[in-house]
Amino acid sequence: MEITSPSFKKNVHKALRDEQLQQAMRHVRSNFIQKRAAAADALPEFEALRDNARDIKNHVLENLDLYLERFESKVTENGGHVHWAATASDARGMVLDICRRVNAKSVTKGKSMISEEMELNGFLEKYGITPVETDLGEYIIQLRGEHPSHIIAPSVHVTMNQVRDDFRKAHTHLPKDRPMDEPESLLKEARAILRQKFMEADVGITGANFLIAETGTSIIVTNEGNGDLTQSLPRVHIVLASLEKVVPTLEDMSQIMRVLARSATGQEMSVYTTLSTGPRRASDPDGPDEYHVILLDNGRSNMLGTEFQDMLRCIRCGACLNHCPVYHAIGGHAYGWVYPGPMGSVLSPALAGIEKTANLPNASTFCGRCEEVCPMRIPLPKMLRHWREKEFEKHLTPPAQRRNLKLWAWFAKRPGLYRTGSRVAMRMLSLMGGSKKRLRKLPFAGAWTEDRDLPAPEGGSFVSQWNAGRRT
Amino acid sequence: MADEIGSRDAILSRIRSQAATKPQAERMADVEARISSHKRGILPAGPRSLIKRVERFTQKAEAAQSTVAQVSPPKLAKAVSEWLREHNLPAEIRIGQDPRLSPLKKSGAKLMTVNSGKADPADITGVSFAECGIAESGTIAMLSGKANPTTLNFVPENHITIVNESDILSHYEELWPRLRRRFGRGKMPRTVNFITGPSRSADIEQTLILGAHGPVRHHIIIVKGA
Amino acid sequence: METGYDTSPRRVGLFVTCLVDLFRPTVGFAAARLLEEAGCEVYVPVSQTCCGQPAYNSGDRADTAEIAKQVIEAFEEFDYIVAPSGSCAGMLKKHYPELFEGDPKWSARVEAFSAKVHELVSFLTDIRGVERVNAKLDAVVTYHDSCSGLRELGVKDQPRKLLASVEGVTIKEMKDPNVCCGFGGTFAVKYTEVSNAIVSAKTSDIKSSGAELLLAGDMGCLMNMAGKLRREKSSVEVRHIAEVLAGMTSAPPIGGKGDR
Repeated sequence: MEITSPSFKKNVHKALRDEQLQQAMRHVRSNFIQKRAAAADALPEFEALRDNARDIKNHVLENLDLYLERFESKVTENGGHVHWAATASDARGMVLDICRRVNAKSVTKGKSMISEEMELNGFLEKYGITPVETDLGEYIIQLRGEHPSHIIAPSVHVTMNQVRDDFRKAHTHLPKDRPMDEPESLLKEARAILRQKFMEADVGITGANFLIAETGTSIIVTNEGNGDLTQSLPRVHIVLASLEKVVPTLEDMSQIMRVLARSATGQEMSVYTTLSTGPRRASDPDGPDEYHVILLDNGRSNMLGTEFQDMLRCIRCGACLNHCPVYHAIGGHAYGWVYPGPMGSVLSPALAGIEKTANLPNASTFCGRCEEVCPMRIPLPKMLRHWREKEFEKHLTPPAQRRNLKLWAWFAKRPGLYRTGSRVAMRMLSLMGGSKKRLRKLPFAGAWTEDRDLPAPEGGSFVSQWNAGRRT
Repeated sequence: MADEIGSRDAILSRIRSQAATKPQAERMADVEARISSHKRGILPAGPRSLIKRVERFTQKAEAAQSTVAQVSPPKLAKAVSEWLREHNLPAEIRIGQDPRLSPLKKSGAKLMTVNSGKADPADITGVSFAECGIAESGTIAMLSGKANPTTLNFVPENHITIVNESDILSHYEELWPRLRRRFGRGKMPRTVNFITGPSRSADIEQTLILGAHGPVRHHIIIVKGA
Repeated sequence: METGYDTSPRRVGLFVTCLVDLFRPTVGFAAARLLEEAGCEVYVPVSQTCCGQPAYNSGDRADTAEIAKQVIEAFEEFDYIVAPSGSCAGMLKKHYPELFEGDPKWSARVEAFSAKVHELVSFLTDIRGVERVNAKLDAVVTYHDSCSGLRELGVKDQPRKLLASVEGVTIKEMKDPNVCCGFGGTFAVKYTEVSNAIVSAKTSDIKSSGAELLLAGDMGCLMNMAGKLRREKSSVEVRHIAEVLAGMTSAPPIGGKGDR
């Protein structure tokens, strides 16, 4: 997808004025947060499990090459195929090759953020293959020609009325007067339409929540069951997975599972956790004849050994989005690339380049709520700050901002001059009395007073008054 | 088309040069030990006795909107056909070849039509025998194969899973050694399905609705004394 | 009796923070009074400027480290270093050590310094064992948990406990007091539209709480919320919690009186 992060401020301006979006975002603010808190509170071992989950992934990242090799050999042993894709475009090509070889016309898809990174849908369409998103949220946004605005709730920005209108437009063969005023009837309609697609599909593509090195197994976690119909009905199952999804054993996966659903939706366990190993066995009555895993790097291996390595622990639960005040205010699309919210603001610069995504790590208040809820204890604010450091080092910080900062730091390092300078500045500010008209000309203060007053200083500095003997 | 072997080697060597903090031989030994030890992590506290375990399983499954019944072995077929009737469903089911399902074929034959094999799009109710139940979260585990085709778990609108009382385990971690014993170390059936409640979606305005793409109803029958 | 609290007379360096120094000296005087009442001798080094957070959060590590060294040199002689701000105390306590990781000359020194740093209210309760304050104010108040104090330093129950001991004070919690006010330092001026959306949600929660006075422990957040409340012509007044705990509420509230 075209990256619009450089025009983040413009995106924000639009998002804040989008009534439908603002209405939809209200549901995020209340729902997810309460449910996660209740689920975490109900499990006394939750915090210890978070530590354990973090340690498991840290161990994996230090030995990622070995675990991936083991995973590959196990997949092969079970009759499956592993493909290594250095870039998104390599991965797209691999999917296309498989589809062409089996003469695929229609492809069903379970939810996969990597497929967004690969821009797979548009690519397959170009080659005459019809991709059908089967997760309800993904289906809705596919009809709308949009991208997910949330990593686990892709259509969270869409209201029910919008879904109804989209379905009316798309499902023209259905009676015009059918009841469509409840989410239930809309879901039923989608179920019926997609049922047909599941049966017709030649290839099913899913993502992976985990890969297990011990057994060569890929795992998907869903609530709808769409991923299972996607992977068990067509002749070919393709798994799209990024490198860091691998864990050593079934036991390790079980540990991380306990924090995944609780952090994501507040469920103890999602409805369907599906472990797939190789293609169908000779005696199996169902399941795919072919099983392919495409391992996508796309910049991730370059994060290893850097200050951004911890980000590769991410299990895509979405808790950091759900708890982010910035995400709540603007929704996911304003971020301008595949991954929104705090995890996206760390990951997107690594995958798409800081030059284009510099706004993202800066657009955070550092409130720290993301880190507080991250099941994998990823220090998100710290890594956002690391991106700001990279940006500063590379002189990507806007020049005016850099000048102001440098000027301020120059004073801050010289206490004597700082005292004099700030006395003059404060006296001026005091005289202006918080007047919006006059303050607008000052750097910073102008932006501040757009939407709020600037409280006037009381007068005099504390340090000088204290040292002059004043005590109250 | 990208050179797959080339990218494989390039990716692996990049990982090796960037991530590895210990000598290769030591790392290989670590990884080998880790995989073969199957070390369990933290298991949430839970009831130990079978009775309490079944109680916890039932409570958790119901919290996930499954329905749960307990029957004695001779009443299995009757329990299935009564459930169908209670829900105004046709007296027709699809099952796999699991020998533990044979009562449905025998005594069940006069109560309902029993079809065998993988799911057909027209099937309304699928019945399968679970590998085990997990008390921790009210989850049932299904293994794919001709005994219980995996499509039966997803295609029909109603899914009845039968589980032996003694197969109700405390934690997921107790299933893994069972699988290793049965299939061999590092081996798995094509699919293991953990199922916790009927399918659902909250993708429209965060309103939770049961019955998305998978079953609308999920009923669990625990076979007492089995 | 062994209480685990340090009740000996101690020399405390008051890191007053740049915003208090320049905008609201009253908070500095209030903090000093509270520290003295808790048996501390208060020192205010004149060479203090700022903790360096604006530079740190803008990615300028080099300038931050220089500012940090200056702060450490000015304050390391004291038994404790206390700031009336969770954000600046968090900077001194949690982030200074990160700045000098692997620096053989400074890392031990910064560790020793950071170990002595505390946020004002939690210092009173958790280190000095203060149970109640000697203050009076007839007001219905609501308390906003500033992010750094809450998440970096665990300041949550301490201010509420001391507030409850102020004669005449009734606490009415707002919805989600732990949610950010949208200040975020330079964030508020760099992404002013987002900041405004966040602070608008916050002031709406403040106004619905039914409180007449908003308190918090950080001048940045307070100026942000006060500025928005004033712009919205709300009657809710705003003060730093230290002013109320020290009984120093004769100065006009931050941003002036509400339109009542």
